[in-house]
Amino acid sequence: MRYRAAPGTGGASTLTTILFIEQVLNGLQFGVMLFVMAAGLTLVFGVMGLINLAHGSLYMVGAFAAAAVAGATGSFVLALGAALAAAAGAGALVELLVIRRLYDREHLDQVLATFALILIFSEGTRWMFGSFPLYLDIPDALSGVVTLPGGIQYSLYRLVIIGIGLGIAGFLFWLISRTRLGIRIRAGESDREMIAALGVDISKLYTLVFALGAALAGLAGALVGAIQSVQVGMGEPVLILAFVVIVIGGIGSIKGAFVGALMVGLTDTLGGLLLPGFFRLFMENAAATSTGSALASMLIYILMAVVLVWRPQGLFGPQT
Amino acid sequence: MKREMLINAALMAGLLVVPLWAWAVDEPFTITLATRVAILALAAVGLNIALGIGGLVSLGHAAFFGIGGYAMGILASHAQTYDPIMQWPLLVEGTKVMPVIWIVAVLAAALAALVIGALSLRTSGVYFIMITLAFGQMLYFFAISWPAYGGEDGLSIYVRNDFPLLNTLDPIQFFAICFALLALALWFSARLAASPFGLALNAARQTPQRVEAVGLSPFRLRLAAFVLSGAITGLAGALFADLNRFVSPVMFSWQTSGEIIVFIILGGVGRLYGPVAGAALFITLEHFLGEVSDYWHIFLGLLLLAVVLFARGGVIGTLAGRKVAHD
Repeated sequence: MRYRAAPGTGGASTLTTILFIEQVLNGLQFGVMLFVMAAGLTLVFGVMGLINLAHGSLYMVGAFAAAAVAGATGSFVLALGAALAAAAGAGALVELLVIRRLYDREHLDQVLATFALILIFSEGTRWMFGSFPLYLDIPDALSGVVTLPGGIQYSLYRLVIIGIGLGIAGFLFWLISRTRLGIRIRAGESDREMIAALGVDISKLYTLVFALGAALAGLAGALVGAIQSVQVGMGEPVLILAFVVIVIGGIGSIKGAFVGALMVGLTDTLGGLLLPGFFRLFMENAAATSTGSALASMLIYILMAVVLVWRPQGLFGPQT
Repeated sequence: MKREMLINAALMAGLLVVPLWAWAVDEPFTITLATRVAILALAAVGLNIALGIGGLVSLGHAAFFGIGGYAMGILASHAQTYDPIMQWPLLVEGTKVMPVIWIVAVLAAALAALVIGALSLRTSGVYFIMITLAFGQMLYFFAISWPAYGGEDGLSIYVRNDFPLLNTLDPIQFFAICFALLALALWFSARLAASPFGLALNAARQTPQRVEAVGLSPFRLRLAAFVLSGAITGLAGALFADLNRFVSPVMFSWQTSGEIIVFIILGGVGRLYGPVAGAALFITLEHFLGEVSDYWHIFLGLLLLAVVLFARGGVIGTLAGRKVAHD
């Protein structure tokens, strides 16, 4: 269940620097995928003021769509396309049927309605695909390892994920700051009545933003699904980590989501690597391993608590 | 309001009569279901102090439910192996006596609520929801990765704990204990809502600026409510673990937090007895729909969606037909 990047697939070298660099790359890979999740959440919150617990379900929908299409056609590119289309379609449908009734409601209603959507999505997926996990294979062209400068061997697929994540980050920054849609999104964040008065079809804009966030979640689900199993309930642990990312970065800020996601990804991966060793300096081996791993599992939440004490509105959140 | 009082009385009478009838016709499983309703309602009565009066949407109350459960599990497991919990600086032994376990569970949950509340209440709104959810998840992962008390597999207790003069292994007697605690908690939260503290807390939900202007601190009011709320949910956790004679990290999971909120909403937000109605409806649905279909959560989801979108008063609101005073 734990959404944690697996140890690197590189050679079984005992050199600790190599292990360390591998784990940094794993942390980056984990971080950029968290960013892709958190970006959709923070956009939806920033523009529509909506807290969406069902974002993790859209991640799951993307992964299942990819696994089903890859199983039927054998093409990974088609699988990714299916993930994007299925998640965006499910997102648009849910926005039209349910979500748009929630914009003016209290957060409590939003939490409950989207919790209800999780139940419906999860049980619906279980009904369609069964309780057993599906497997999505890494395509042949991307499997195997590459040798990085310094002789480090690292999984090509994970490097590609990092590249795609950084590409999406660049695309979103460009979209928000340079395009007409981005201008409307930013205007919607600051004054929704005004942009409606200026003739922008606000409900179409909301559906579009929601579907965009959903598509990103679905893509993340498909990409991560190839290195983990695709199963019901896979989305919610990631969703909660994406919340931690948003709390750290500040609600509504894409930049905050990016910085927060990398912090959470690196803290989680490196904490698991370094903490047991740290406790071994002054404790016996077994106790150090259990204390270290128990504390490592809490480390990102401790990071969140520290940020909260220091800046309750998050690193890049609006000053209140 | 009179009609609501009648509904409340009917609810409690129903919760009492069904297990008594089951006892008379020797149907212990029905008594267990009623005991579950009483315990889960108690957990939701706890959350309702923060959510109903204080307006604090905590999506992390599984943390306190789980802490109560583990307080029971740890004390009882040490008692059954005669292995002291610690020997230095003072000897602390496990116990199988329910009232002692309850006190430990309540204190541990209150302490956790104090720390989590002090951090989370620095924020409000959506931040608060996400942060309480995250702290709940933190304890979930801690319980999984801490091997001393079973880790992911949880902890089993061979025999239910003891209560002076009662035989807790008899389902109806254990039900009586849980029902009495539920009634006590309901009485307490009714008193609390009408007390100066409760009124100030209610005011802090509606207009915090005015509360501040008369010299009260909304933060302190909310923190006190959060601690009380966590303590009661912790007590429910200890009872729940005793009912199952088993604790596991599942008690800490985010689904548990979600379900505790769902009880309140199904019953009706801002209603004192809403948690009882909601928990009873939930367990009834789980029992009957669960027999009809393995996928009964779909129906639960649709029902919840319908309640949120169209019937915001929940069960009690629909029956009593009047809007709640402060809505």
